[in-house]
Amino acid sequence: MRGALPMIALAALGLPLLAPLSSRAEPAMPGQAVAFDRSKGNCLACHTMKGGDVPSNVGPELADMKARFPDRKELYAIIFDEERRNPQTVMPPFGRDLILTPQEINEIVDFLYTL
Amino acid sequence: MIGRIGSIYRAAAAAALLFTSLLPAASAGPRIDPAGDQRAFQAYFERAFPGVALDDFANGPYAVNKEMRKQWEEIMQFPPYDFALDDGKRLFEAPFKNGKSYADCFPDRGIGIRQSYPYFDLRSGEVVTLDLAINRCREQNGEKPLPYEVGDMAAIDAYMASTSRGKPFDIRIPDDPRALAAYENGKKFFYERRGQLNFSCASCHVQAAGRRMRGDILAPALGMLASFPIYRSDWGSMGTVDRRFVSCNEQVRSLPLKPEDEAYRDLEYFLSYMSNGVAIAGPGTRP
Ligand code: HEC
Ligand code: HEC
Repeated sequence: MRGALPMIALAALGLPLLAPLSSRAEPAMPGQAVAFDRSKGNCLACHTMKGGDVPSNVGPELADMKARFPDRKELYAIIFDEERRNPQTVMPPFGRDLILTPQEINEIVDFLYTL
Repeated sequence: MIGRIGSIYRAAAAAALLFTSLLPAASAGPRIDPAGDQRAFQAYFERAFPGVALDDFANGPYAVNKEMRKQWEEIMQFPPYDFALDDGKRLFEAPFKNGKSYADCFPDRGIGIRQSYPYFDLRSGEVVTLDLAINRCREQNGEKPLPYEVGDMAAIDAYMASTSRGKPFDIRIPDDPRALAAYENGKKFFYERRGQLNFSCASCHVQAAGRRMRGDILAPALGMLASFPIYRSDWGSMGTVDRRFVSCNEQVRSLPLKPEDEAYRDLEYFLSYMSNGVAIAGPGTRP
C-alpha cells in the first residue's frame, strides 16, 4: 500500500507540475510566497500543490480547499497546530511554535482557497 | 484520489499510534525491553512494506521505490565509492609510525567485524562505535585522531564494511543497567521531537518512511545504517554515520551535536540494535 503510493502521486500529480515557477500565468499571492519559501512554510517539502514544482507526498495533495474546508477557522487551525487534531502528525505546528505569524498563516489560507 | 490519500494518512497515523503504544510508556516505570522493542520495530516495517526482504532494507530509498531502484542499478555499474574503497584498504593496511597497524587493535584483525559495532564496553561503561574505535586505535599507537564525518575516516569505514558484507547486524545489549540506559537514551533521542519544526527522527524515518520529500524518498529506519558509509551524490563525496546524523539534525533547524557525542553513539546503538538481522551492505551509494 505505502510502497505504491509515491508512484501514483508521481505519475498522477507530479509530472504536469514540473514547469518552472516563473512560467506560471498569474502573479504569486503573498501567501504563496510564504507557503513555498523553504525558510517559512516549506509546505512543498510535504505537499503537492498547484504552482509547486515538486511531487512530495508526506502529506496529502492540497487541492479543492474551499470545497473541503469551507470553514476558514478549521484551515487556520490545521496550519497553526495540526498536533491538536492529530497528536501523531509530522506536520510542524507553524503558529504554536512561532514559525509563522498569524498574518502569514492568514495569507496562506487566502492562497489555499485559490487551489 | 484525495479521499484515498486521506484515508491512507489516517491508516498511517493509526499504525504510528499502534507502534508507539507498543513501546513502554515513560510513565510505565523503568522496564526496558530491547528485544520486545526490536520485534515491534521490525514488524512495523514488514507490515508497512510487504514484499521487501529484511536484507533489502539496507538499501534505504532503493528498497521502497521502484524508480529509484532503477537509477541505482545504473549507478552501480561504476560504484562512486570505489575510490574511497581503494583508499580505505591502503590506509587500513598502512603501518603506523610504531610499526603496528589497525589490525592489531581489532578482533579478527579488523576483517569482517562491522556487524558487531557499536558495542557496549563494560569496562568504560559506554557505547563504542567503529569510528570511535578507529580513533582510539590511532591514539593508542601515537597517531592523531582523524576527523569524523568525511575523508580518511569514511574511507577506512568503507573498507571495513566491505569485508563484512553479508554479515547480519549482531548488536548485543549486555544485561547491565548502564548498557540498558544507553539503549534507552538512544531510543529517546530517536522518538523525541526537537527543533523549531518539531520533528523526531521517527517523524521522517518511521511515520513518513518511503514517502517523497521533495527530491528524496525517506529511508525506512530499519536497516538504515547497514550501508554506511555512503557516497551521496547530493554531497558529492562520502559520509559517515555522524555526517548523516548532523545533516538530519540541521535540516530540521535543530542544533546538531558534535560527531561521536555520547547521545549520537547511543542513537547509533539503538538504531543498529533495531536492525539486527539485516546484513551489512556498505559502502553504499545514495542520490
Ligand atoms: C513535514 C511535513 C509537512 C509539512 C512541512 C506541512 N504539512 Fe500539512 N500535512 C502533513 C501531513 C502528514 C498531513 C496529514 C494530516 C495529519 O498528519 O494530521 C497534513 C495535512 C494538512 C492539511 C489538511 C489536508 C487534508 O486534506 O486533510 C492542510 C490544509 C495542510 N496540511 C496544510 C499545510 C500547509 C499550508 C503547510 C505549510 C505552511 C503544510 N501543510 C506543511 C505534513 C506536512
Ligand atoms: C524532516 C525530515 C527528516 C528528519 C526529521 C530526519 N531525517 Fe534522516 N533523512 C532525511 C532525508 C530527506 C534523508 C535523505 C533521504 C534518505 O536517504 O532517507 C535522510 C537520510 C537519513 C539517513 C540515511 C539513510 C540512507 O539510506 O542513506 C539516516 C541514517 C538518517 N536520515 C537518520 C536520521 C536520524 C537519526 C534522525 C534524527 C536525529 C533523522 N534522520 C531525522 C530526512 C529527515
